[in-house]
Amino acid sequence: MDQNDTKSSLEQQIDENLRKVYQKTVEEHVPDRFMDLLAQLKEQDSKDDK
Amino acid sequence: MTNEQDPRDEIVTHLPAMRAFAMSLTRNNAAADDLVQDAIVKAWKNFDKFTQGTNLRAWLFTILRNTFYSSRRKSKREVADVDGIWAETLSEKPQHDGRLALGDFEKAFAQLPDEQREALILVGASGFSYEEAAETCEVAVGTVKSRVNRGRAKLVELMGIEDDEPLELTDSATFAVVAASAQPRKTIA
Repeated sequence: MDQNDTKSSLEQQIDENLRKVYQKTVEEHVPDRFMDLLAQLKEQDSKDDK
Repeated sequence: MTNEQDPRDEIVTHLPAMRAFAMSLTRNNAAADDLVQDAIVKAWKNFDKFTQGTNLRAWLFTILRNTFYSSRRKSKREVADVDGIWAETLSEKPQHDGRLALGDFEKAFAQLPDEQREALILVGASGFSYEEAAETCEVAVGTVKSRVNRGRAKLVELMGIEDDEPLELTDSATFAVVAASAQPRKTIA
């Protein structure tokens, strides 16, 4: 069942590419709309809690 | 709220990962960001359901993918962006140095079934353990494993690596290994 020891170089290349694909977006600047959204949500909450 | 340390403030640190995961699900920039937006709102409003001290990223990813699948069920017009926008934005010169060219890889990746794509991204790229991925996808660990294996095998097939690709190790044994991983029973000599 354990396949870790048979991890082929092809498999490693696939994983390496997967990480590249993923990292590319991770490293992008997070658009401001998300920070704005979080700030908005927070503000809304603090109003509701009053 | 007057407490200085709102645990929800931590959401922001997971935004890059959420975007990357959303991208792998939607394969489209605009759709990915819309998805992240919806997920953030849901996470915020349901934060009381999050168990403090557990994996926030896994929890956020679960919300993200649930949002993705439910909105996709609603919109019939959804067409997979197989070789469209996502693939196009990923223009990278094909390299023929014996490695998989990233552009080709991404095109092939975009064609995988959703559940294989997400399993591969979670386990292969985002650093989730099989257990965390299973929790995120709300399936058994064995299911995640088999999706990862089938996904890898499918990638190999889609990229037609066994043909004349000058990969370092295109010997048939390697392909047997990859193909066999879809059936966990096989042992490789």
